[in-house]
Amino acid sequence: MSEQGQSTTEPDAEVAAPQESRSRQVLREIAESSSMVVFMAIVASMIIGGLLIIFADEAVRESAGYFFSRPGDTFSAIGDALGSAYSAMFNGAVLNLQAESFAGMIKPFTQTLTMATPLIFAGLGLGLGFRAGLFNIGAQGQILIGATVGGYIGFAWDLPWGLHLLLAVLGCALGGALWGFIPGVLKAKRGAHEVIVTIMLNYIALYLVAWLLSLEAFQREGSDNPISPIVAETAQYPKILGVQFNLHLGFVLALACAWGVWWLMERSTLGFRLRAVGANPSAARTAGMSIGAATILTMVIAGALAGLAGSAPVLGTQKFLTDAVAGSLGFDAITVALLGRSRPLGIVLAAILFGGLQASGPSLQVNAGLPVDIVVVIQALIVLFIAAPPLVRAIFRLPSPAHEKEVAA
Amino acid sequence: MTATVADAPAAPAPSAPIPAKRWGASIALGVIALISLVIFGLGTPTGSSTTFVVARNTDFVHLPTYTAPSRLAAIVLSVLALALAGWAAYRANQHRKVGVWLPVVYGMAIMGALLTWAGAGRDATSIQLTGLLTSSLFLAVPLVFGALAGTLCERSGIINIAIEGQLLAGAFLAALVGSMAGNAYVGLIAAPVAGALVGLLLAIFATKYWVNQIVVGVVLNMLVVGLTSFFFSTVMTENGDLNQALGMARLPIPLLSSIPIIGPVLFNQNLLVYILYVVVAAMQIMLFKSRWGLRVRAVGEHPKAADTVGIKVNRTRVRNTVLGGAIAGLGGAFFTVASGLAFGKEMTSGKGYIALAAMILGRWSPRGALAAALLFGFADALRAQLGTIGSPIPSQFLAMFPYIATIFAVAGLVGHARPPASEGIPYKK
Amino acid sequence: MKLELRGITKRFGDFTANDRIDLLVEPGTVHALLGENGAGKSTLMNVLFGLYDADEGEVLLDDSPVVFDGPGDAMAAGIGMVHQHFMLVHPFTVAENVMLGHEDVRGPAKLLDLDAARTKVREISDRFNFNVDPDAVIEDLPVGAQQRVEIIKALSRDASILILDEPTAVLTPQETDELLGIVKDLRDAGTSVVLITHKLREVQAVADTITVIRRGKVVGTAEPTASQEELASLMVGRAVSMRVDKTAAQPGETMLTVEGLTVVDDAEIVQLDGVSFEVKAGEILAIAGVQGNGQTELTEALIGVVAADAGSAILDGDVITGKSIKDVLFSGIGFVPEDRTEDGIVASMTIANNLILDVHDQAPYAKGFALQPKAIADEARKHVEQFDVRATSIEQTAGSLSGGNQQKVVLARELSRPLKLLIASNPTRGLDVGSIEFVHKRIVAERDAGAAVIIVSAELDEVVALADRIAVMYHGRIVGIVPPDTDRDTLGLMMAGAHQEEVA
Repeated sequence: MSEQGQSTTEPDAEVAAPQESRSRQVLREIAESSSMVVFMAIVASMIIGGLLIIFADEAVRESAGYFFSRPGDTFSAIGDALGSAYSAMFNGAVLNLQAESFAGMIKPFTQTLTMATPLIFAGLGLGLGFRAGLFNIGAQGQILIGATVGGYIGFAWDLPWGLHLLLAVLGCALGGALWGFIPGVLKAKRGAHEVIVTIMLNYIALYLVAWLLSLEAFQREGSDNPISPIVAETAQYPKILGVQFNLHLGFVLALACAWGVWWLMERSTLGFRLRAVGANPSAARTAGMSIGAATILTMVIAGALAGLAGSAPVLGTQKFLTDAVAGSLGFDAITVALLGRSRPLGIVLAAILFGGLQASGPSLQVNAGLPVDIVVVIQALIVLFIAAPPLVRAIFRLPSPAHEKEVAA
Repeated sequence: MTATVADAPAAPAPSAPIPAKRWGASIALGVIALISLVIFGLGTPTGSSTTFVVARNTDFVHLPTYTAPSRLAAIVLSVLALALAGWAAYRANQHRKVGVWLPVVYGMAIMGALLTWAGAGRDATSIQLTGLLTSSLFLAVPLVFGALAGTLCERSGIINIAIEGQLLAGAFLAALVGSMAGNAYVGLIAAPVAGALVGLLLAIFATKYWVNQIVVGVVLNMLVVGLTSFFFSTVMTENGDLNQALGMARLPIPLLSSIPIIGPVLFNQNLLVYILYVVVAAMQIMLFKSRWGLRVRAVGEHPKAADTVGIKVNRTRVRNTVLGGAIAGLGGAFFTVASGLAFGKEMTSGKGYIALAAMILGRWSPRGALAAALLFGFADALRAQLGTIGSPIPSQFLAMFPYIATIFAVAGLVGHARPPASEGIPYKK
Repeated sequence: MKLELRGITKRFGDFTANDRIDLLVEPGTVHALLGENGAGKSTLMNVLFGLYDADEGEVLLDDSPVVFDGPGDAMAAGIGMVHQHFMLVHPFTVAENVMLGHEDVRGPAKLLDLDAARTKVREISDRFNFNVDPDAVIEDLPVGAQQRVEIIKALSRDASILILDEPTAVLTPQETDELLGIVKDLRDAGTSVVLITHKLREVQAVADTITVIRRGKVVGTAEPTASQEELASLMVGRAVSMRVDKTAAQPGETMLTVEGLTVVDDAEIVQLDGVSFEVKAGEILAIAGVQGNGQTELTEALIGVVAADAGSAILDGDVITGKSIKDVLFSGIGFVPEDRTEDGIVASMTIANNLILDVHDQAPYAKGFALQPKAIADEARKHVEQFDVRATSIEQTAGSLSGGNQQKVVLARELSRPLKLLIASNPTRGLDVGSIEFVHKRIVAERDAGAAVIIVSAELDEVVALADRIAVMYHGRIVGIVPPDTDRDTLGLMMAGAHQEEVA
């Protein structure tokens, strides 16, 4: 007699399980989706992206107008559109084959890594939350507050080399941690749903920063725009491959953080608790762990990592603060964490993939005349597909793993 | 054995997230009202006055401009807020709930006090009351539609984070189809279709693949942003004809529109606003008085109970989510054809998330959603008004107001927001 | 209407919940389905009600076979069911709940005709003296009234067969008496009633026919005139003889003193009612009782999972009530929870990790913040071997183990700390015979090593086999503490609520 059989016969087990465990279950399913599904999801998204490119291409539409008299024109127009789009992507994100120097050739890839840097940081934070069973939609706000605190230290303080950068980076982490602490404590003490609170905090952060930027202390001298002074050179991330590349020390720090998060989750006592609470809170509680403390700590660490993501633009690339400094990083990072299955290595790879898609933006625009928005579409599609493995399996007629058959039955 | 544990048989469990007595709400309301009284009321210099312009030149009946003694008006409004806090405390003591009207009236009283204080002693400028109210309603339109969409979905148990995407999709398709037809009203018909499609995707992922509804919602928002921006930058930019600024004329309702203050605010609007009145009223009645509404609410609260009396749970959820998407899509038309604007990238700029907040604050009822959206619209309009008269309060803080209010609500600090019990949980037999 | 079930078999995976069950309910009678929790009664009724599909067998109404595709079909055929967990929408009123699914409507908008629903509720309520206000909101009603609403719901659909699934599980004694009166009235009005229960007194009070189910099979039928002893022994059974080799206990000092421990749940029902007892070092106190009589609350209150509302527990001189769970565990208590998949293991974590769930931050498994994988693995291998956990690797997830091996993991973990007290709740439920023997042996070994042991078990055989003393619980109270050689009929009566003195 198996335990599974036993538990299904209990009528109590049938009654609506608490929402918590369901969402945790879903997170786990996402985390467990196989690499095959991930790969196929990327392929399917690229195909749909291709269809959009074809549809939007003027030459294709024109030639389709006389499709039945000269169908070849349509097909060659389609080929041209796709060819130029995908080669522009490759040239913009991986290797520029037209470049004359070696540096010019590899520049796109360094750009990809630069774009991936904040995504790694924030993706790590979100992945950490997902594994601990928390839906943190608030990376956007955490990035913004982190960038604000770090940026302020960067442009307002006058400190020696090294120390200045260190404090500015810590400031970023601290700002983000504070913005993560609020939903954490509201969830632990008041039962407030973290999804709603973090969404609301994103906007509060936005207006808070907008207000700060209207103050003299934050405003660039001689400018009326909501834009801060440039961060002091002592607080900027040094460029690690020389001045002709944008890649900065933040990337190395992001990799270090990925290792750190791996260590935290797999090798530390705290990570052990977070994993246990995320996977089965009631067993964790019965074993003497505090659910509330785990919730707050998770949100603080996740917030700190998101705050560090804010350091990439404010101390690395853009080097000053605006209220748009976070761009859409917070939401992009959700897709990174989901695609990376909440694991540090997966997140680094997913961030490089999405960083590459974004880095190819200018090249797409210039060489293929396509707006960068196609990248957002592909990104969203990839995540939609990997979130529903049965859908991907159905499209590509892949066999479903044993555990899924059980769920679907 | 200690005495403390022995004599407290009915003490609530300390781990319970929500305290048994909900004093937090009335205390918070009271504190804010007191602050308002001190700063806006007593802080206003005596003898100064605030000018309110009520009538507009176009009105049939010309009303005089009111000039109120600022200090007195602000004190009266603050005391009113304080009284409302007291009423909330009284109800809490009786373990009874307060209606949604209370926080709304309260919010308006506090903001009124703020407005009076801000306008005090500024002889050169005056508060455009009618203009303020008109733009409140106007700014509230997409929020109401969005909040109604959220209400419709969540009442059946599906969390709709994709309101933002549905608004944006509606705005886009309204502009596109309207431009193709050269008629704004055709665009108005197309808008719900776009929202319904986004709703359908949400419903399929939620009920068929059991994907977490928050994940789907967030990603769908991204997808719609990406798609609309892509087509905006390609197809629409190449053919300007496909993205024209169309307008919908105001349709003043005879007689009603000439009522002072209310008339121009409520009854001199375009078709979308009148549709809004109808949709709110219809949904309020249908959701709470009809067979359909009873079944929808049962599915959202206790799907198994609904199933045991023969109601198809997932079918109900899919239909509601699609219908909700359509309503949000219709609201999206506000941004383009109903405002006389062409489509622009990400032009909904987070209004979908404020709509979500309005839904929560409105306690998942159409009437409440309307009230909360109007409050948020008022805050937004106030921000613009204070901007023109030179506000002592940074406009960003007023902009934060809806979000802070919502956090207070979900944390149980002001009122208690209780979502449908089964929202977000896939129904599996 | 006559209802007949023939050869109903229902399997979940390789577990057979119902094994060729036959049941005949004559019109206008009360038929009691008697059996322990988990015996398969609810499964059978869910099959009948169309919520589960039977793997074999058929349902006949008035001698003609019927197939129900869902509850809607069952209701249309005249079968009503009051589920153990009420199917009531809490924020709705009584009238709304009753009308849900077969509403009276008016006009093209199909607006609800609440007056018609109110009238219907009042009419049924008056006929059976239910005293239910149609406009009351469900969540404001006491549980007994909610149950009457469920009955109204069924009757308003013209049910001629009413299934009551464990209807008294959540009722106070007074409410129970009221309900039994209602059941009689319903029968007299011509309704057939199927009463699913494990409570002997109720069965004797109202049943016309009794069918006893045990481990998914019909083990016998009885007349209501049968004695409680007969019914009790049929229900708990003596089929499996459980023998545990153990020497006589050598009780030492008192290790645990419990005084007046009381737990009131969120619905303000007293689940544990002033329980007092002592356990000495080196003895096993087994707590017997039909499930749901406060045993779960007792163990959870001792550990600190639920807060005690009154009373205290003192372990070896330290008050443990009010301490955090972690402090309680580390003051020397091992806890084997009742539901191991929910509270005992983290299914997605490895066996090695599950073995250190409680001590993961203690030496040698951790140095500062760092886990020590080697120490963890070494210890895990040792435990896996000692406790004979059948696994391919210690890195296998705990969820992939069989129930018996999962329980061994839990036991290995809980016994790895030096214990003053071991609390094990239904430690062998769902295990194979080999695992049961193993678990029992380890528990006795722990006793012999000088720990006090509390075993909660719904299996009388297990209680008798393990106990040095037996405490019987009923309705949140201990009705008596007796020696292990007490005869089963006496224990059965005590489990049905009779006090020790009355029985003796």
